[in-house]
Amino acid sequence: MTDLLYSEEEEALRAAVRDLLTDHCDAPGVIARTESDTPHDREAWKALADGMGLAGLLVPESLGGQGASHREVAVVLEELGRSVAPVPYLTSAVVATEALLAFPHSRLRSSGGTPIADDLLTELASGRRVGALAVALNVAPGGAHQAVRHEGGALRGELTGIADAAAADVLLVPADDGGLYAVEADAVTVTPQVSLDQTRPLATVTLDGAPGRRLGDAGPAVRRALRAGAGLLASEQLGLADWTLTETVRYLKERKQFNRPVGGFQALKHRLAQLWLEVVNLRAAARNAADALATGEDVEVAVAVAQAYAARVAVHAAEEALQLHGGIGMTWEHPVHLYLKRAKADSIAYGTAGAHRAALAELVDLQAP
Amino acid sequence: MTDASELKRRTAELLAAHPPATTERTDFLRARFDAGLAWVHYPEGLGGLGAPRSLQAVVDAELETAGAPDNDPRRIGIGLGMAAPTILKYGTEEQKQRFLRPLWVGEEVWCQLFSEPGAGSDLAALGTRAVRESGGGWVVNGQKVWTSSAHLARWAILIARTDPDVPKHAGITYFLCDMTDPGVEVRPLRQVTGEAEFNEVFLTDVRIPDSRRLGDVGDGWRVAQTTLMNERVAIGGMRLPREGGMIGPVSKTWRERPELRTHDLHQRLLTLWVDAEVARLTGERLRQQLVAGQPGHEGSGMKLAFARLNQEISGLEVELRGEEGLLYDDWTMRRPELVDFTGRDAGYRYLRSKGNSIEGGTTEVLLNIVAERVLGLPAEPRTDKDVAWKDLAR
Repeated sequence: MTDLLYSEEEEALRAAVRDLLTDHCDAPGVIARTESDTPHDREAWKALADGMGLAGLLVPESLGGQGASHREVAVVLEELGRSVAPVPYLTSAVVATEALLAFPHSRLRSSGGTPIADDLLTELASGRRVGALAVALNVAPGGAHQAVRHEGGALRGELTGIADAAAADVLLVPADDGGLYAVEADAVTVTPQVSLDQTRPLATVTLDGAPGRRLGDAGPAVRRALRAGAGLLASEQLGLADWTLTETVRYLKERKQFNRPVGGFQALKHRLAQLWLEVVNLRAAARNAADALATGEDVEVAVAVAQAYAARVAVHAAEEALQLHGGIGMTWEHPVHLYLKRAKADSIAYGTAGAHRAALAELVDLQAP
Repeated sequence: MTDASELKRRTAELLAAHPPATTERTDFLRARFDAGLAWVHYPEGLGGLGAPRSLQAVVDAELETAGAPDNDPRRIGIGLGMAAPTILKYGTEEQKQRFLRPLWVGEEVWCQLFSEPGAGSDLAALGTRAVRESGGGWVVNGQKVWTSSAHLARWAILIARTDPDVPKHAGITYFLCDMTDPGVEVRPLRQVTGEAEFNEVFLTDVRIPDSRRLGDVGDGWRVAQTTLMNERVAIGGMRLPREGGMIGPVSKTWRERPELRTHDLHQRLLTLWVDAEVARLTGERLRQQLVAGQPGHEGSGMKLAFARLNQEISGLEVELRGEEGLLYDDWTMRRPELVDFTGRDAGYRYLRSKGNSIEGGTTEVLLNIVAERVLGLPAEPRTDKDVAWKDLAR
């Protein structure tokens, strides 16, 4: 049976990550960074990846990783969500890493392996290099995506909506010959797009005859990467929702109007209680998806259920947080907008709830008319 | 210490001395009670052996394999789930000896006389009066409502007002009421489904000896908390497989009846399917927390979640059925012994589930409880705490 709880080790990991993020990612700093030339927080990334080794959780120890599972990654993502940290963790340590893990492990097999993928995994695991899958952030697992042209050994074309491309050292690029290619970031042009969520900015990637190293077939690797991204995104959404609920409850106990704490009005108490129920449900769904990814059992249904549910809760929690904070919630200074923008962008990332419902319709045999 | 092997040995002894094939059902159940294998976590002499509650499953499995009769727990749910734990905790030795055995065996059915027409969510405001006679006994007058099994019951757990001059929580006393007393009148209470699952109970000069008082005079509210806590555990504690519960029948209809499908219904069905699956996972997570000895607050939410889901899913199912949704299986006034949500059609489920957000604590009261006890938000203003019951607004 699925283990839906957190182990003691997982709770210890959570505490360590939360401590680190308290030091590195305070809200005023995150807000200031969104309009700077460096939207990604390199120092926080270095501390998470280099200091704690968290970029390599999914990578086997033989390749320099931690050989941990999606359950631990999910705990890290909950905490990153709680602080809307502008680090390329989901995109590099989960999605790009999962894409690379799809290729055979060359050092264990004498033939058929892909040394390029193994080398890249070792680099990404160390956190000294950042990877990004060059598939638009809105694409669902199994969904159609763009590909560049492969002409005479070089890659040409333009890809839009690539999350964290600006932070990436290496891009994993699908091409029209069905292959997935590793392309160095300095061989392409990365143009930032003005993004709804400035803490996970998108960029256009233009390839004008860039050289690429072929990793293997793009299809299964991209599908695997997006499935893991979608399933673990639910934990980030849980973190967002948990923070917005906790912070709103705290504020409403303190904020006084009409000579009493605003949180004592029943209309608001009921809304917050309702929200708490949703967050409790999301925790079960997110843990179920993480555990399924870790064990490989019932993965497709678990991921689709989590993503069909999570966006509604994260967006609802952030919207309620803004409304219940009143005027202060509408200001640039208060961090609630970071959570709203991330939650709304997450509701599209790796497929909308509707896309995941459509997947479920097939998976559990509730066919469309 | 009584462990699993010891329980298996005792169960084998019971089966050898009273072979189920040749023993009358009631005799077997009495023997099982006397062997301490009825509820193993109860004390010795009261149907148990003081063993861990989790070991009951060992006994049940052995007896089921041997084809032994059970005590039909659904028929006597109020006795087992609510009256028994309260009698065990607050009863005198004489009361425990007198009541627990026939309760468990099922020879005496119990019902609960708590809710009143004027005391629903505000149960502590109840107005049924118990007045002490010169001989020490009590005379009870009042009206109770939403009483399941009252027409079958031999006994009732009853709370009544014994002191109207103190604040409402302080003036209540808990009694064990004889349902065969000539002053007890049970009338079926017909509900929106057409049937009468519940009753109204009118109490007119009902005489209760002081030996049937449970707990101290004026302490009834505290005693009743034991009963009510056990009620919420019973409502929230079920374990479901995927598509268990109300989502099962509507999913089946969807698969079997393609001609009924529309795009609008498809989206709503999938959304509810996801909600039902997530609620199921939340229940499973709660169960895992309890097993791991880390009880969470999630239990407070389960009843809220299932009330809403049952209502929305059954509502969708009526709509899905189209022309058939305009019909109803049977409006005949009946008094069912057991409530079966899946045994009847979608219209019945739709109407019956309306009660899910009222019975056992309304959704509105439970949301207050979550907001105050879980989130720590300020309590509702209380204007009734320091007012004598007789001076409350009504």
